[in-house]
Amino acid sequence: MSSINWQPSSELEILKRRAQLLADVRLFFAERNVMEVQTPVLSQAAPTATYLDSFSTDYAPTGQHYYLQTSPEFAMKRLLAAGSGDIYQIAPVFRNGELGRLHSPEFTMLEWYRPALDYVGLMYEVDALLQQLAGFPAAVKISYQQLYIDTLQCDPLLAETKTLKSLAFKHIPSLPDNWETDHDGWLELLMSEVIEPQLLNYHAPVIVFDFPASQAQLANVYQNPNQQKVAARFEVYAGGLELANGYDECLDPVELKQRFERDNQLRSSQNKTVMPIDERLLAAQEAGLPACTGVAMGLDRLLMLISGKTQLSEVLSFGFEHS
Amino acid sequence: MASYSTNEFKSGLKFMLDGDPCSIIENEFVKPGKGQAFNRVKFRNLKTGRVNERTFKSGDSVEGADVIEIDLEYSYNDGEFWHFMDPNTFEQYAADANAISESKDWLKEQYSYLVTLWNGSPLLVTPPNFVNLTVTETDPGVRGDTSGGGGKPATLETGAVVRVPLFIEIGEVLKVDTRSASYVERAKD
Repeated sequence: MSSINWQPSSELEILKRRAQLLADVRLFFAERNVMEVQTPVLSQAAPTATYLDSFSTDYAPTGQHYYLQTSPEFAMKRLLAAGSGDIYQIAPVFRNGELGRLHSPEFTMLEWYRPALDYVGLMYEVDALLQQLAGFPAAVKISYQQLYIDTLQCDPLLAETKTLKSLAFKHIPSLPDNWETDHDGWLELLMSEVIEPQLLNYHAPVIVFDFPASQAQLANVYQNPNQQKVAARFEVYAGGLELANGYDECLDPVELKQRFERDNQLRSSQNKTVMPIDERLLAAQEAGLPACTGVAMGLDRLLMLISGKTQLSEVLSFGFEHS
Repeated sequence: MASYSTNEFKSGLKFMLDGDPCSIIENEFVKPGKGQAFNRVKFRNLKTGRVNERTFKSGDSVEGADVIEIDLEYSYNDGEFWHFMDPNTFEQYAADANAISESKDWLKEQYSYLVTLWNGSPLLVTPPNFVNLTVTETDPGVRGDTSGGGGKPATLETGAVVRVPLFIEIGEVLKVDTRSASYVERAKD
């Protein structure tokens, strides 16, 4: 008898539930006339986001570097610019170094883009999908600013860095005295360590919208009702997990290129590899990306919530460490 | 000693923190939104026995702690130190009061104890879950009462005091659960 563990990491019942979930997703989008697409997993360009690390490999005959996608976003936007209309994709995505109870370096992303829907409309569609596919109650929608004020009595759009820092040390006892980070670093830390655990009290998914403009990523920046600059970006939390991230997409290729370059500067200041900017994406946006909204959802995490599991590996046929 | 990056963190890993040897109980990888990843680590300080939490930036390193666990036989107490012996090598180890702490009530000659050594010195002595000890003092037994209801205190040969059923007499050998400091049954020969 061999002692090598060859068995699946999930029960076969969970794999059946996964198959059902995939079928449900396809039905959900078929009913809304959203087209399923497939785009390459390997790309010659990669995202520049500072804290997102791609796997890479080489094409042997030419030695050309290829990167495994961290999301199908750039290729899907090229399809949108080519006039595809509403599209969705269920794709394997790869993130180097992200391994833990709730993370796997390879996971399944459900990503969709809707020229037909605005920012708020997309939030409602995500909510509808979760209700229909996972049986969740209707989502609570709250702005990032309001959530910070309710939980920490602090306005995240006005607070100074030192205020955030002292709040972090006050509320996170496990933080060592020499912890250093930047403005967004403190905001993200307070969000994940202090605010996120409180979201369970809603007993429903929570859609947090209007992130600080400095955390726009690929979202549009606009003025909120208080005339403050915020990112048209939302995150969906459910059952203590971060489940999805959505944008009203930034259409301006010049603005986008500036963000990519800023990312790369930050990367190089941290001695991280500078990533090749996706010029094909920028060219597509130059040609014209239709106004659209888009969202990416971790399907494995959703399956975890549906099946009441506490580890991502329990819903994967073979977890990363046994693949 | 080797150093370990947060990528190698797992439960049971022994590492140094603020000068004390610690053991990881739980390691959680956290990645907030689009931000920098960190590890939320629950650990036991092996010197104090206390459980605590610490946040590490992902990719940070810690120094490993030279901590091993071995089975040693208890020999004697000289008033200051408690002496243990490795039954295989006959090597002697002296544990101080800090290392003994709550195990003091359960030390019996020739019994085997799990001893945590840090840089070769006893840091913590853990008794077996069950030990057999003789009753040295208790109120007279109530003959015929084997119900186990009620109870009375009994002092054992190590000095420990446990609650025992009324029928237990001085000189009897009892099986005791060291984790809860409670009587289990009369020891079988």
